[in-house]
Amino acid sequence: MKKSNLKGWLYLLPAFVFIGIFMIYPLIDVFVYSFEEGYNFASQTFFGKGLYNFSYVLHDTFFLQAVRNTFILVLITVPISTGLALLISVCLNSIKVLRDFLQTVYFLPYVTNTLAVGMVFMILFKKTAYTDGLVNVILNTFGGSSIDFIEGPYWAKMFVLCFYTIWIVLPFKILILTSALASVNKNYYDAARVDGTTRGRIFTKITLPMISPTIFYLIITGFIGAFKAYSDAVALFGTDLNSAGMNTIVGYVYDMLYGNSGGYPSYASAAAIVLFAIVLTITCINLMVSKKNVHY
Amino acid sequence: MVLFPFYWMILTSVKSYAAYNGEAVPQLYTLSPTFKNYLDAFTTVNLGKYFVNSIIFTVASTALMMVVIIFAAFAFARLDFKGKNVAFTLFLALMMIPNELVIITNFTTITNWNMRNTFLGLILPSVMSIFYLYLLKENFAQVPDELYHAAKVDGTKDITYLFKVLVPICRPTIVTIIILKVIECWNSYVWPRLITDDEAYYLVSNGIQEIREHGFGRENIPAMMAAVVAVSLPLIVIFLIFRKKIMAGVSRGGTKG
Repeated sequence: MKKSNLKGWLYLLPAFVFIGIFMIYPLIDVFVYSFEEGYNFASQTFFGKGLYNFSYVLHDTFFLQAVRNTFILVLITVPISTGLALLISVCLNSIKVLRDFLQTVYFLPYVTNTLAVGMVFMILFKKTAYTDGLVNVILNTFGGSSIDFIEGPYWAKMFVLCFYTIWIVLPFKILILTSALASVNKNYYDAARVDGTTRGRIFTKITLPMISPTIFYLIITGFIGAFKAYSDAVALFGTDLNSAGMNTIVGYVYDMLYGNSGGYPSYASAAAIVLFAIVLTITCINLMVSKKNVHY
Repeated sequence: MVLFPFYWMILTSVKSYAAYNGEAVPQLYTLSPTFKNYLDAFTTVNLGKYFVNSIIFTVASTALMMVVIIFAAFAFARLDFKGKNVAFTLFLALMMIPNELVIITNFTTITNWNMRNTFLGLILPSVMSIFYLYLLKENFAQVPDELYHAAKVDGTKDITYLFKVLVPICRPTIVTIIILKVIECWNSYVWPRLITDDEAYYLVSNGIQEIREHGFGRENIPAMMAAVVAVSLPLIVIFLIFRKKIMAGVSRGGTKG
């Protein structure tokens, strides 16, 4: 018995070493950092312990801007992308021909490099000295005037960011929803058809309740994912997000840690913990709402 | 809507510089495709170097991760030892911790170890993945006990059993995990950005960003698009080959990033 105990832990050892150094220790350390005031990265010294880091972060205009951007992004993209994904998967589920092909096509954005494709979006929307960009040309033909989506007004930039985020997250949601739809027991539909139930009623009374746990799972992960938005914004607006006014909370954390405004791990830790608290709260709210509305 | 950006990226990448900038209204097709942009992408900036770096990074962290999680998954799925359940619960709990919380200290750790701008610094923190460990453990546990006992009776050592029996049986899952990890590594951006500021260690994501901000001169968009195509292509090819596996793996519950 003694020997097999030892052997078990021996097999686990590599995993534990990595987890200990790169997950458990940092997790404790981030809280320590966030309470150390005036931490100096070079000399690794600090003045005292307290809540000053949190207060600094919460009063930083860049942070508040980042929070606002993130919230707008979350509130716009999560409902739209989930709704759109539901619509597309229901359509995919009801057609027979080309279904495999279309599923593959819809999944394509998932495997692409966020940074690389973001640049394609930038070019589509960007206004340069030579051309107004394709999107603006389309706008013009419908009688609108050109807008600089990348360096122009705030709402235009936000629109591009939301649009790109939705494009990036759709594949995952469509994939999950189509497999959920495919797993709904066909007997329910047959019974409903015998009773002469209308299509709309079948959808709201059978399909939606049956896949509600999946929808709910997508909403939770959608919220969490959208709160962590960062590389999409970098792809569109470049690394200096603060000056573009398009920073996100995660972006703020990284900027504090490294880069032109970096070198403040304490502020970064405080901001990361604020982010974690926000995400945790929203997830708890989501869970409570779901208890009432999800049919298992 | 989904395909259009891809079409546009390939289209722009074969337009010549002069032609692209001559179009006040962008054309939806081109009559004189050119591959000069691809040549530019690999000669005027270090795209080739970024590729090599990304390949080293991807292969090394995927290989290391597979070794680590195969041993751990075997311990959790097959061996009996004190504290196993506690350890497993701890692992699952850690799955909820967002990367953003731990990345700050990891950055400090790697800096203190003087591993900035080294491959080790890039690779080490991404070696462990609890999610993939969990997937593999579930799969190992499905293999019937009889096989293990039979092997024991024959006097097979655990480690021989693991690599001669268990790993071959679970090959489909292992392949899926490898592919998912490769995609993840190839697209990783945040950690490499923090840990490398020497161009010699840039991965493709950082390289693309670098090209956007400093390479080519800002206006040579066709060459930039050629670089984008070159970066995206390997993954799209992998995806088209392993389509079924990837989609099954992802729908079992992974999120991006």
